[in-house]
Amino acid sequence: MALSPETLKYVADLSRIELTPQELEKLSQQLQTILGFIDQLSRVDIAGIEPTSHILQLSNVLREDNPKASLPIEKTLANAPQKKDNFFVVPKVIE
Amino acid sequence: MEYEPVIGLEVHVQLKTRTKVFCGCSTEYGASPNTQVCPVCLGFPGVLPVLNCLALEYSIKVGLALNCTVQEFTKFDRKHYYYPDLPKNLQISQYDLPISKDGFLEVTVDGKSRKVKIRRAHLEEDAGKLIHEDNFSLVDFNRTGQPLLEIVTEPDIFSPEEAYEYLTNLKSIIQYLEVSDCDMEKGTLRCDANISVRPKGQTGLGTKSEIKNLNSFKAVRDSLVYEIERHIETINNGEKIVQETRLWDDKKGRTVSMRSKEEAKDYRYFPEPDLPPFIISKEKIEGIKKTIPELPKEKILRFMREYGLPEYDTKILVSTKENADYAEKRLKAFPDKDKKPVANWIIGPLASIAANLKCEIYQIKIPANNFIELINLVEKKQVISNLTGKAVLEKMAGMPEKSAAKIIEEENLAQVSDEASLEKEIDAVIKTNPKVAEDVKSGKTNSIMFLVGQVMKKTRGKANPKVVQEILKRRLV
Repeated sequence: MALSPETLKYVADLSRIELTPQELEKLSQQLQTILGFIDQLSRVDIAGIEPTSHILQLSNVLREDNPKASLPIEKTLANAPQKKDNFFVVPKVIE
Repeated sequence: MEYEPVIGLEVHVQLKTRTKVFCGCSTEYGASPNTQVCPVCLGFPGVLPVLNCLALEYSIKVGLALNCTVQEFTKFDRKHYYYPDLPKNLQISQYDLPISKDGFLEVTVDGKSRKVKIRRAHLEEDAGKLIHEDNFSLVDFNRTGQPLLEIVTEPDIFSPEEAYEYLTNLKSIIQYLEVSDCDMEKGTLRCDANISVRPKGQTGLGTKSEIKNLNSFKAVRDSLVYEIERHIETINNGEKIVQETRLWDDKKGRTVSMRSKEEAKDYRYFPEPDLPPFIISKEKIEGIKKTIPELPKEKILRFMREYGLPEYDTKILVSTKENADYAEKRLKAFPDKDKKPVANWIIGPLASIAANLKCEIYQIKIPANNFIELINLVEKKQVISNLTGKAVLEKMAGMPEKSAAKIIEEENLAQVSDEASLEKEIDAVIKTNPKVAEDVKSGKTNSIMFLVGQVMKKTRGKANPKVVQEILKRRLV
């Protein structure tokens, strides 16, 4: 499967990642290799096999509705690049 | 050409669990910002979400109440988008195997009932709250990870009125299930509407717009009325409808385009690897089914049947589960077969007292026996008039432990039915209103009510209006 720089740019945009033309070039080559490995999987015959929704043979892992302690505010905001009155501060976004 | 609107609604209800959907953080409303968060809901690397069993149970309950098929196998998926209110840059939601699907909700508009098809109801996590300041935005993640049930209809609603009715019924059902407060002001119920128009009789769908920022059911209805007109006008002008999201401006009564560069939505869903799937047994579903209380529609029918009440009255009485229970206790306590006086006193005087106090009817703590006593004193024993009765009821609302009889005694409110003591007042009224008295004499018997009113006024509501009317009739007719 070929990965065009346009596709990579689209994926980067979706993830809000800015890439230079050099990075685009380099990453598209790397991703191309990775997709090549994945391509091998598509050669496996999967006719009649149920899709896997989870790799572990587990189901119904649930917890009771009992409150637990949350983080203290100092810890929550410890790594915030910018904060104000217990809020995280981010560049202005408005729809 | 005649056009018809086609509407679909997406409703999000916040489930009333004590903790978030995938972690143990509290869901309490109104906490200080970012104090109800933990590594799981903040999306730190390496954490493991675990589903809240009550959130699952509530979701199944709603699905069943909405006549859905609850799937035996359900799973969660990651929905990817980047926005600062979403710390993981993905939302745990459900894609192809929602908890429930293919249901319906009955709506009645202009006396006609039909079933609005429900496509699906799935469980997901809520996002945080953003506050926009002049130069930056503030993020509070307390709401992040609270359980949200998204209920989506098919494009199967054909008028703004029907949309309004659907929402009213949906809210009422969910409140009866006691799984959400459904308070639009607090954001525990949110609604987006999809709308398109098509030539009447056609089956395909036109280009739709999505309306957001709807803060009340009335806003939903008004915005749909506006959009339908806008769509039809656009088409009639030979222009094309642009598929877009529009915001409702409640003050100006119109929608405006969001104008943001509307990117193609590409959520890149894939199965959530941190949550193994859920297998919901038939026994589990049957067990939850048994916990579903009598729902509004059935309750209305039963109230009509058991208490012989008109549909109009019952609809008001059962508007919420609390009000319905409150009303039923009083209907049962009333010994007569004809329960109409009880219904009248609840939806009339009691409801207006509640409205003045800005509370719900059931929050007026007048005990059932005191309430019934008052009705008896007015309607049967005629110790006080209707008007005085209302005043007594108002006093009772303020001091619920005091009985009606006690209040009447203490304030000397008992009705005067004794003819001899009424004659004097009646004489005076006839004297001061000779023209009206003449009218009555000459056959305008309706005018007698005016005179009765004057006597009531003179006696400050204490005269027995029936006795007054009789005396007047004897004198003048």
